[in-house]
Amino acid sequence: MEQLDTPFLIRLFRAVALQLEEHREQLCALDGEIGDGDHGTSMANGFAAVARLGQRPETRALAPAAFLRQAASVFLGDVGATVGPLYASALLQAAKLYDTRPDLPVEELALLLQALTDGIAARGKADPGDKTMLDAWLPALSAAQQARGEGALAADQARAAAIAAEEGAQATITMIASRGRAARLNERSLGKLDPGAVSASLILSCFAELLASPAPGPGEA
Amino acid sequence: MQRLINDPDNVVEDGVKGYLKAHPELFAATANARVLKYPRAPIAGKVGVVTGGGSGHEPAFLGYVGENLVDAVAIGEIFSSPPARAFLDAFAAADSGQGVACLYGNYAGDNMNVKMAVKMAAKEGITVKTVVANDDVASAPRDQIEKRRGVAGEIFMWKAGAAAAAEGAGLDGVIAAAQKAIDNCRSIGLGLTSCTIPAVGKPNFTIEAGKMELGIGHHGEPGIEVVDLASADQAAEMMVRPVIEDVPFTAGDEVAVLVSGLGATPLVELHILYAKIHDLLGDAGLATHRAYVGNYFTSLDMMGATLTVMRLDDEIKRLIDHPCHSLGLTQGRQA
Repeated sequence: MEQLDTPFLIRLFRAVALQLEEHREQLCALDGEIGDGDHGTSMANGFAAVARLGQRPETRALAPAAFLRQAASVFLGDVGATVGPLYASALLQAAKLYDTRPDLPVEELALLLQALTDGIAARGKADPGDKTMLDAWLPALSAAQQARGEGALAADQARAAAIAAEEGAQATITMIASRGRAARLNERSLGKLDPGAVSASLILSCFAELLASPAPGPGEA
Repeated sequence: MQRLINDPDNVVEDGVKGYLKAHPELFAATANARVLKYPRAPIAGKVGVVTGGGSGHEPAFLGYVGENLVDAVAIGEIFSSPPARAFLDAFAAADSGQGVACLYGNYAGDNMNVKMAVKMAAKEGITVKTVVANDDVASAPRDQIEKRRGVAGEIFMWKAGAAAAAEGAGLDGVIAAAQKAIDNCRSIGLGLTSCTIPAVGKPNFTIEAGKMELGIGHHGEPGIEVVDLASADQAAEMMVRPVIEDVPFTAGDEVAVLVSGLGATPLVELHILYAKIHDLLGDAGLATHRAYVGNYFTSLDMMGATLTVMRLDDEIKRLIDHPCHSLGLTQGRQA
């Protein structure tokens, strides 16, 4: 059975880095409206650094838990902003999952999304509706769990998660920020997309894209 | 965008190189490219003082590294909190074994990165305590004071905390001094134009011609209200009122006053503004013990200014008057 293993994570981070690079300016512009304008830069640079880590031959031999701890270390060492500690915490939580489940079949995608979401929630302490990245991660997680409960294939779980994340991100337009820098705007954050939720939905779209197509053969990763 | 840069993505690194070359008596490099320290740090027997924050506010934050000031600084990308490891490495660069006071501003990213760094430092045997500046009255109402941003009042917080450390206070004493300083500070910003992050290349937000924004944040966070561009005297009135109406000021207090440009307002305009501020504070019964007017804490190329007023007691006055030497702030023994 196909696994959510290190080669998968390496492909995922590369896809995420490309997505974020493509949306770097859009994310900065969204952040400029309600925050400090750095979100696209922090996200694109952070995931680019993690993607580079994945290209090292010695990284490919690592177990997922060890690879994720190195990836978290990149966020703690190089990224900063709010993104650094939030995604570092997500990756560390995922590493803990792999400590107990070194082999995670793709059908257990929801467990990985749960760990990532838990890490973000524990660090940022935001609630649903606070207009943060959690407003994309939480609906994505529920959608994946529900699909899993209905016996859906990994590809369908991931697609459901990506759609829910996209809807969750769009819904931040109607929310009033109460966390992060945008919180100081109060009702003036209404009508604006949360850049962290938008970038989270881009990450989840990469899960869907990768799981929709079969894994490449050896040497193509 | 007309800028003297090489690569918009390397503005921070390239700038740090210049600071190191121009001021070797004030800055030493460390193993972490995002951490600079005072060359004499860690100073034996003294509590280390660390700050950090996003770049683009120069001379803050690195410009307050110096004699009787900050021992080490964590340097973030433009308007972006430094990574947790940069704070950790700054703690290590400042710690002489007496512990470290990390004095920083209330922003989500800084809060999270500092918190993670403090935890990592504990594992390495470094004791770190923190004070979080929240002096910006425009950023949240008084009953939500814990949500307010830290702005130029951070300079008074660093000054008081670092002076206490230089006088020989222990970690708890340094923390108490810095906390007392920031608790007695209130600030407000006034923006006339937007600012441009070089890597983004266009203005972060918009202030229309003929308008200005009262209560604007250090990164262009929207303020309390957008009003018609007014004279310096009228601007001074708009800024002084919300500051002195917030606790803790009462008639008869002595105060220290800091008027900082946001990066693109000429010094003469800051002094025109200050002249009226001084008189308005006097009218309110607040006697100015010391005034600082200049570019102390900026926002890239934004036009505008911030006002910070700090109530003094004998202790804070002594700490503020303590001599110091740094790029951002240098003063001798007497006011």
